[in-house]
Amino acid sequence: MANNHLTGIGSESKQLATWYFTFAAILFGAQLLFGLVAAIQYVMPGFLFELLDFSVARMLHINALVVWMVFAMFGSVYWLLPDETGIETIGIKIGKLLYWVFVAAIVVVVLVYLFVQVGPADETSIWFIHEGREYIEAPRWADFGIVVVALGFVANLFLTGTAGNRSGIVTVLMADMIAFAGLYLAGMFFTDNISVDQYWWWWVIHLWVEATWEVYVGAIAAYGLITMIGAHRKVVEMWLWIEVAMLFGSGILGIGHHYFWIGTPEYWWEIGALFSALEPLPLVAMFIHVLYDWGKTQGAQDATGVEVSVINNKPAFTWFVLNAFGNFLGAGIWGFFHTLPQVNLYTHGTQFTSAHGHLAFFGAYATILIGMMYIAVQGTNGIKVMKHTKSSLWAVSMICGGVMGMTVALTVAGYVQVLVSRAQMGATWAGYFDGQSGMWFAQAMDWRLVMGAVTFLGFLFLAKDLLSTGKNPVHER
Amino acid sequence: MAKTSVWSDNRFWQRSAGWITGFAAVLLIWLTFDTAGQIAMGTDEDLKNGVTKRVPGPTVINYKITYEMSDKRGHEVPYIGGNDGKGGSLFQEKQKFFGRDDYSEEEAAALLHLGKLGSQTKNCMNCHTLLGNGAYYAPDLTKAWLDPAWQDDGTMQAMTGKSTKEEAMAEFLQHPSTYPTHARMMPDLGITAEEAKGLVAFLKHMSSIDTNGFPRNFGKIRGAVNGK
Repeated sequence: MANNHLTGIGSESKQLATWYFTFAAILFGAQLLFGLVAAIQYVMPGFLFELLDFSVARMLHINALVVWMVFAMFGSVYWLLPDETGIETIGIKIGKLLYWVFVAAIVVVVLVYLFVQVGPADETSIWFIHEGREYIEAPRWADFGIVVVALGFVANLFLTGTAGNRSGIVTVLMADMIAFAGLYLAGMFFTDNISVDQYWWWWVIHLWVEATWEVYVGAIAAYGLITMIGAHRKVVEMWLWIEVAMLFGSGILGIGHHYFWIGTPEYWWEIGALFSALEPLPLVAMFIHVLYDWGKTQGAQDATGVEVSVINNKPAFTWFVLNAFGNFLGAGIWGFFHTLPQVNLYTHGTQFTSAHGHLAFFGAYATILIGMMYIAVQGTNGIKVMKHTKSSLWAVSMICGGVMGMTVALTVAGYVQVLVSRAQMGATWAGYFDGQSGMWFAQAMDWRLVMGAVTFLGFLFLAKDLLSTGKNPVHER
Repeated sequence: MAKTSVWSDNRFWQRSAGWITGFAAVLLIWLTFDTAGQIAMGTDEDLKNGVTKRVPGPTVINYKITYEMSDKRGHEVPYIGGNDGKGGSLFQEKQKFFGRDDYSEEEAAALLHLGKLGSQTKNCMNCHTLLGNGAYYAPDLTKAWLDPAWQDDGTMQAMTGKSTKEEAMAEFLQHPSTYPTHARMMPDLGITAEEAKGLVAFLKHMSSIDTNGFPRNFGKIRGAVNGK
């Protein structure tokens, strides 16, 4: 059986991790709810008009997404640190205090989004309501709060990593998390020049989700393989370093694919095309790596003559394997679809991007973070072998089916926009609405809503399972 | 015992990862310096001296802007104050903006500043796309200033009853739900007359940015209905 250090009982770091996971799960639910509101508005435009407009619902949808992932990422690090370093996390008291600061800030930001919504065109609105910049809308005061919390988190990670056993996984996380926190600074200024604005805005968004977050996932996957199936650390960590090289080697300059049309020079066409076309390669490698290690450890187990699964946490491992495949499919395939400038000239700013966004955020990040939540449930309940329940299976099937359904629907909608609004009609106001009123577009939006509802039902099963499975007698203790 | 290969050595891969990451980061920073120079906002002096900038100065609102094919570039580019026939802007032809074509650098910069602030505080980007980035619930605004619907014979201008496109756009922005064009409407965002003027200046300025031919064929196809 794979691991010998899964218990979370008695570790303050692991306790803090469960707090982070709990708030992450709540925000995940909020993300889906506001996504449903926005999806309904595509089908019934009068829904909550001038009460909770699309712009507000969508801002809450994508901000809840980013923040729940950051919470679950911090939580995952606090969970694995004692296992990897062999010591209790240093500065955990400050870590706990910062957690409450973070939660309080998020609650205030959300309430202001909901009840103030927009302000006059002045700096005060930027400081206290929102910055109106997709994904990082948080008002300036909250930016500073986020920086303080992130610095505290990075300090805990560094102090613990240097005092305890600094494994390869911890080393990667230390380098990665400092870049992750530092990049946020690139999004914290105002300029009248929208090209300069978007140039730096992408330093945050792209260098997070297509570089530092991907490396983070590589490190978490490595941890998961060691703890869940007992994969060999040396092999796993060698793969991790290769992945870091491939992910940063392609992802950092892959930022060029956001610089095709925002006023930036033409050379970004070639740089963006080349490096972003390479971005799927490490994702293929990660997928192969997970399956290879699984097969290898299971084969070694079978060779002993005792036929027993090497997986000590079925639901978590399911989500990890879905991550390996979903990352490749959502970020890799759906991203490559529209990454070349010749294609992107027509797909840029259409539902195509939205289709990719849904499958990539889900496949690359939601999956593995849900997996980490299951690892925490296992650890805090002292479970040796955790099994699937009916709810965990319903959750996996409905969430995956729902997100895949939304992605396909949005892809169809994207094609209609590309062909009608862009290629045929030249991207004007009239062209835009010709595309939107087309039958195929309308049907796609209906299906997106249905599949969004399926995803939300799946989330309810997931929440029920995470809350109840720890006490379920079906698991081996 | 067989000699261990460097290819299975963790230190080797750790160092490779460090070097590759460092190299990519240095290259990005170097390119950033070059790009920052190229996208820095131009000045009134540039416009008067006929210097083409990727992001022109705020007083571009005094000029007529068009979006035409450049044979040299192989795609459409914004022309400021007329087309010199050799793929460049003429910087001659003026166009009145709210009755004036003599905004000083300070006045124009103040309008653009107000408009850019407005574009963020009113959360435009969570329905529209700007330079193609944002949400997809409403039309792209990159070249909205040049949209046929707002021109003198355009449907949007006619609907607001105004005689110039800047006035029509400002009127629409202040009372969007009074002019419903589709079942999907723009909500009232409490935009004041002054803010609306700033936002239209921001849109006019954005239409003058050299976006490497995005969006393709903008406004070239008139009168087509449902693709027929």
